[in-house]
Amino acid sequence: MSDFLKNTLRLLVFILLQVYVLNKIPHLHRFITPYLYYLPLLWLPFSVSRQWLLIIGFLTGLILDYFMMTPGLHAAACLLITYVRPFLINILTPKDTSNFNYKEPSPKAMQWTPYAVYVFILTLLHHIYMIFLEWLSFGRFLDFFIKIIATTGISMLLIFTVELLFPRRLRFRTNTA
Amino acid sequence: MRNIFLFIRRYITFFTFLVLQVVALWFLFNYNRFHRAKFLGVANEMTGRVNTQYNKVEDYFTLKAENQRLNRYNDSLLNLLPFNFVNRDTTATLLKDSVPFDTLGTYRQYLWRDAKVVYNTINLEKNYIQLNRGAAQGIKDNMSVISSDGSAVGIVINVSPNFSVVMSLLHVQSKRSVIVKRTGSMGTVEWDGKNPLFLTLRNIPKSDSVVKGDTVLTSVNSNFPPGFMVGTVSEVITDKSTNFYVLRLKTAANFFNLQQVHVIENLFYTEQTRLLQDTKKKIDNPKKSSG
Repeated sequence: MSDFLKNTLRLLVFILLQVYVLNKIPHLHRFITPYLYYLPLLWLPFSVSRQWLLIIGFLTGLILDYFMMTPGLHAAACLLITYVRPFLINILTPKDTSNFNYKEPSPKAMQWTPYAVYVFILTLLHHIYMIFLEWLSFGRFLDFFIKIIATTGISMLLIFTVELLFPRRLRFRTNTA
Repeated sequence: MRNIFLFIRRYITFFTFLVLQVVALWFLFNYNRFHRAKFLGVANEMTGRVNTQYNKVEDYFTLKAENQRLNRYNDSLLNLLPFNFVNRDTTATLLKDSVPFDTLGTYRQYLWRDAKVVYNTINLEKNYIQLNRGAAQGIKDNMSVISSDGSAVGIVINVSPNFSVVMSLLHVQSKRSVIVKRTGSMGTVEWDGKNPLFLTLRNIPKSDSVVKGDTVLTSVNSNFPPGFMVGTVSEVITDKSTNFYVLRLKTAANFFNLQQVHVIENLFYTEQTRLLQDTKKKIDNPKKSSG
């Protein structure tokens, strides 16, 4: 399967999962919605150019937005994380690229700790920005704060569950590609 | 000028980010203010189609609850039907200090309660149906049970506090009085214990012109409220030794997938049975009762 097809399918599956499962299950609390849909954005190959990252992020967010009737909200947050992603990857991956020949971010490729930091920072950014935009229209500051912490916690839990349950088959960068 | 282009080219990613961010925020705040988002019409059509497909599946999960609601609603409507009430002739009686059930002077004879089948067999000779209502919910012996499509199912024969057992029409000892709708003649429905799709109707005299396809209804002689489907005649067998037909009936109720049923209480049941017993006693021992 080509990378393009695989990543498109992943994004669609995660959006549908978000819309029909995670948004439908009874929430633990009215503040806490589990978010998982942006995970494929974190999994996009290293080779995707930064402009394309932004465009993919924007479209992903927008599709979800139209399902949830909040046009722009998730798109803005996705855009932010896709913008920050390359910087984080630069910091967290080894500088010596001769040994580093994995295709996409994964716990195996980046080691668990750097990967956890990578996921955590992007999750936190996504939630802070999204909940901040929501908070602008209504809500109290304390709610805003609790919501960010709780949502980030539950999203991290879900992401690690996904990583452990469905380990992705590792693909290596080749010279021919 | 060249420097500006170089500058833009250098920070092209950042500018893309900024532009898209502005677009996203513009969508967001435009929507919040006017509740009219860009491309919402087109997007709505797409998400609507996906949602419809999903809903087709999702509906199955709520089917049970929906069914219950519907049955309960049917129950409340059936309780209002006029045949549940009988007129009491008040011309010859004294006025009593009692509250009638209805302001029009009619008294309720049949009371409907909805129930759910929790256990049901069809492939034994003595088939029983268990319902999720019992004595605590007012179910008593000898109440009749009708399925949600209005066809006769059986008679309650045993109750516990929260459950009751119904003798299904598919029970070799079951004998229910019925009536052929077209001719009005009475007969008895039994089951031979073989095929759960067919019942046997006896005691219809040969003078009657029963044909294949005739509808058979519950009669006033049984505990069932009159006029509910029992089945349709599927085969007329002439028994040469007697003056009666033997008819094979296709059951109206689908015993294979009974789910929601109604339990009907005949509020005059004790009065009627006592009257019958007293009559029998009177005939058998004329001296005692007269003395």
